[in-house]
Amino acid sequence: MALIELAGIERRFQLGDTTVKALAGIDLTIDAGEYVAVMGPSGSGKSTLLNLLGLLDRPDIGHYRLEGRDVTTLSADEQAKVRSTRIGFVFQSFHLVPRLTAAENIALPMMLAGIAPAERARRVTAALKDFGLDQRADHKPDQLSGGQRQRVAIARATIMQPPLILADEPTGNLDRHTGEDVVNLLEALNARGVTLIVVTHDPGMGERARRRLVMEDGRLQSDSAGAPG
Amino acid sequence: MRPADILRFARDAAAGYPLRTTLSVLAMAIGVAAVVLLTALGDGARRYVVGQFSSLGTNLVIVLPGRTGTGGFNPATAITSTPRDLTIADAQALLRAPAVRRVGPLAVGTSEISAGGRLREVMVAGANRDFFAIRNFELAQGEALPDDDWQRAAPVAVIGAKVQEELFGREPALGRLVRVGDRRLRVIGILRPTGQGLGMNTDELVIVPVALAQAMFNSNTLFRILVEARSREAIPAASTQVLELLKQRHRGEEDVTVITQDAVLATFDKLLGALTLAVAGIAAISLAVAGILVMNVMLVAVTQRTGEIGLLKALGAPARTIRLAFLTEAAMLSASGALVGYGLGEAGAFALRQLFPVFPAYPPDWAVIAGLLTALSTGLLFGFLPARRAARLDPVQALMKH
Repeated sequence: MALIELAGIERRFQLGDTTVKALAGIDLTIDAGEYVAVMGPSGSGKSTLLNLLGLLDRPDIGHYRLEGRDVTTLSADEQAKVRSTRIGFVFQSFHLVPRLTAAENIALPMMLAGIAPAERARRVTAALKDFGLDQRADHKPDQLSGGQRQRVAIARATIMQPPLILADEPTGNLDRHTGEDVVNLLEALNARGVTLIVVTHDPGMGERARRRLVMEDGRLQSDSAGAPG
Repeated sequence: MRPADILRFARDAAAGYPLRTTLSVLAMAIGVAAVVLLTALGDGARRYVVGQFSSLGTNLVIVLPGRTGTGGFNPATAITSTPRDLTIADAQALLRAPAVRRVGPLAVGTSEISAGGRLREVMVAGANRDFFAIRNFELAQGEALPDDDWQRAAPVAVIGAKVQEELFGREPALGRLVRVGDRRLRVIGILRPTGQGLGMNTDELVIVPVALAQAMFNSNTLFRILVEARSREAIPAASTQVLELLKQRHRGEEDVTVITQDAVLATFDKLLGALTLAVAGIAAISLAVAGILVMNVMLVAVTQRTGEIGLLKALGAPARTIRLAFLTEAAMLSASGALVGYGLGEAGAFALRQLFPVFPAYPPDWAVIAGLLTALSTGLLFGFLPARRAARLDPVQALMKH
């Protein structure tokens, strides 16, 4: 079943008095459970694509159907609701809240969703164990190593059990070894059925994905699944 | 997001920047403390003056010779010329009025008093026994003027504490003879020292029978007639009855002025009440300034936490939640500032009362409530703009600033 269907997506930005097409005519279908790497040079539009898939940005033209539902026409609050329950984000710079502990950072999406504290505590404890962070629950982000921070971020992205995880250069700020750990974690999630879309510069990481999209100048240059836009 | 979570989130966010939070709380606290303390001062002044006036006597109606255009308290009434004398017989007649309990005639003049070779100038008041009761004069020794015919000029005097001290020092004064003007009078009473207050300073006063005073100053007229009404409710009745009686006695001519203590009090009350309000208004400006400071702090907070706001949006926080979180933080800053300020203000007022025990420096309830509410509402009002700015941030742009 198609989790994501993009049809004729176009996203333009105004830079001074010239209009730049960050995305132009993207047609793309991603099935549930796929592991997709989005690659391409800087400025090729891959981050814009990821923002769009994460409902952080809206296309100027075209339609985006998530789980069969057209999400481009939803109101901002409805989109927030979709982000809360259906999408998990992993960022290159982790984006942890510095004043909150690891446990509180992981619990943040559940707190925003209004989940009861008891249920939150239960899920956080389980997540800390799963991600090998039980000894770090009360540490602030600045007391954690880079790898630990990204594990906290991944735990946070998965705590609402979303079917889709979007990762923007998840290993970009990590050394080779730690990056390897993080990729393994993400792939383990994918193995459990979560759809994983990773934006990366790293050809090695791209190789590991079952499907590779290469972008250039806002267009899909190639698609290893043999269905280029 | 649950309300308890919003509160905790806002609290943690405020606690995350201790210096900034402390400063804005302090600004709000100073504003509220200023309102509390300044209104305590203003209202204390009002209470002090009202208290002083009340000590002149209770249920007092004062008759002045001469007619002034307005019924209020007017310094000019003290120097207007008298069309017709106000006499002791007039005063005695007032006892017939049913609403009147006591009447105290008063004639004043200055004279010299001497005893044992010491001499000083004093104010001499001609009065009667009831005058002491009306004015709440208390005696340290001896007794008040004799309760006999007002027209009888008994050669006796009651002297003030300072007069006694200056003429006799530590020697007993009771029963001694003093010379006032060209009369020799026996001291029958000494007033309890009262210190300086509104009205006359009784410590430097010599009180003699009213007929004696008139004879000494060679005059038939009274300076004032003090009338005590039977009760507070009887004051207006006493006032009209007194006026009616005197009008009859003065051939239908209304040539006296009757003022009630209530009217005087009301004037002062209004005046000092307005002063308190003005002072409160000035203090409220500092609250507005504090509100702007809270806004500034929150705007800085929004800028500083842009990345965090972007993250919250990415994690599915709707605009309403973000607005609420920032508004709550602003409200918390102003609320804690208001509470600290209230404490400071009360402490300041307490210190004032300790320093000046006669001065009742209590902040009025209305000022406290208005001060706290103004602090909260300016905090919310000025918190609204930053909160809206935070809620409107574009998540993609916000996430890039980290």
